[in-house]
Amino acid sequence: MPDAWDVPLLTEWLTGFRDAVDQAGEELTALDSAIGDADHGSNMRRGLAAAVAAVSQAPPADCGAFFKTVGMSLVSNVGGASGPLYGTLFLRMGTVAGTAGTLAIQLFGECLQAGLDGLVQRGKAQPGDKTMVDAMLPAVRAYDEVAADGGPMVSALTAAAQAAAQGRDGTTPMEAKKGRASYLGERSVGHQDPGATSMTLLFETAAKVFA
Amino acid sequence: MTVGIVVVSHSRALADAAVALAAEMVPAGSVPVRVAAGAPDMSFGTDAAEIAAAIQAADGASDGAGVVVLLDLGSAILSTQLALDLVPADVRDRTIVSPAPLVEGLVVAMINASIGTPRERVAADASGALQPKQSQLAAD
Repeated sequence: MPDAWDVPLLTEWLTGFRDAVDQAGEELTALDSAIGDADHGSNMRRGLAAAVAAVSQAPPADCGAFFKTVGMSLVSNVGGASGPLYGTLFLRMGTVAGTAGTLAIQLFGECLQAGLDGLVQRGKAQPGDKTMVDAMLPAVRAYDEVAADGGPMVSALTAAAQAAAQGRDGTTPMEAKKGRASYLGERSVGHQDPGATSMTLLFETAAKVFA
Repeated sequence: MTVGIVVVSHSRALADAAVALAAEMVPAGSVPVRVAAGAPDMSFGTDAAEIAAAIQAADGASDGAGVVVLLDLGSAILSTQLALDLVPADVRDRTIVSPAPLVEGLVVAMINASIGTPRERVAADASGALQPKQSQLAAD
C-alpha cells in the first residue's frame, strides 16, 4: 500500500467514519443528552450519510474536491453546530489539498493543521473548553511529531488516534465553555464531551485505513 | 435602495412567524426579507449553504443597500459565519450580522429598513432593541 492518501482511501475513511458514528450513535446521543440537546449522534449520522452519498454519486476528481464535497454535505445536512464546525474543518483541508491526487504524510499534516485552525477560528474554542478541539489539537500535535520523523503514515495516524482518545477522556472533568453545555456551568463537569468523542472516532478510523 | 433582511433560525415556523409579526409594522413589500431556517427534513437546524443563498438573494433585492442578518442562537451563529465565507467578497462587505435578540431586533430592523435607513444604522438600532423593553420593565 502506498504511504499516502488518495480519493479511494479518503472515501474508505469517510465510509468508516460514518459506520463508526452509526455504531456509536446511542453513546453519542447519551453523552449529548447529559449536557447538550441529544442530537449529536443523529445529526452526524444524517450529515455523514449525505456526505457518503455525495462522493459515491459523483466521485471527486482530486483530494481537494473530495474534502470540499464532504464539507458542504455536512454544512447542509447536519443541522446543529457540528455542521459548520466539521464543515469548516473539511473545507479548509480541501483548500490546502487543492488539486493534489495524493496526500503524503507532510501535505496531509498541513491539511490537518488548516482544518484545526478553521475549527478553532469558527468555534472560538480554546483548549480546555470541553469541545472537539480538546481531541483534535493533541491529535494533530501527535501526528506532527511522527511526521517530523518521517512516518510512516500508519504510525502518525495511530499516534494521533491515541492522543485524540486521551484528549477526549480529558474532557470529562472540564467545565464546558462553549455551546449548549456551557449554560450548565459547573454542572457540565463529570460528563465526556460528545464532540470530542466523535472527533476521536474520526482519527481512529483514519488510522484503521492504513493499518 | 432598501436594506435587505435575512432571518436565520433553527425553526422554519419560528422564522416565518417572526417575519410575519415584524411585517405587520411596515408597508407591505417595503423590505426585501429572506428566511433561511430549519434542517432539510423539517427538523430543527441551520444550513450555511441555504443562509449564503438567502444573503445573496436579499442583497440582490437591496439595490446595493446591503443586508442585515438577524438570528437565533448556537449553530445559527456558526452557520451564518460560515455562510459569509461562501458568498462573494462584495456581498460579504455589504452584510452585517446582528447580535440583536431575534424578535425585538427584527421588528426594529424592518421599521428602519422600510424608511431607507443605511445598513449600519439598521444594525445598530436592532442591537439596541431590548432597551425599550428593559426600561418599561425596570423597577420604578
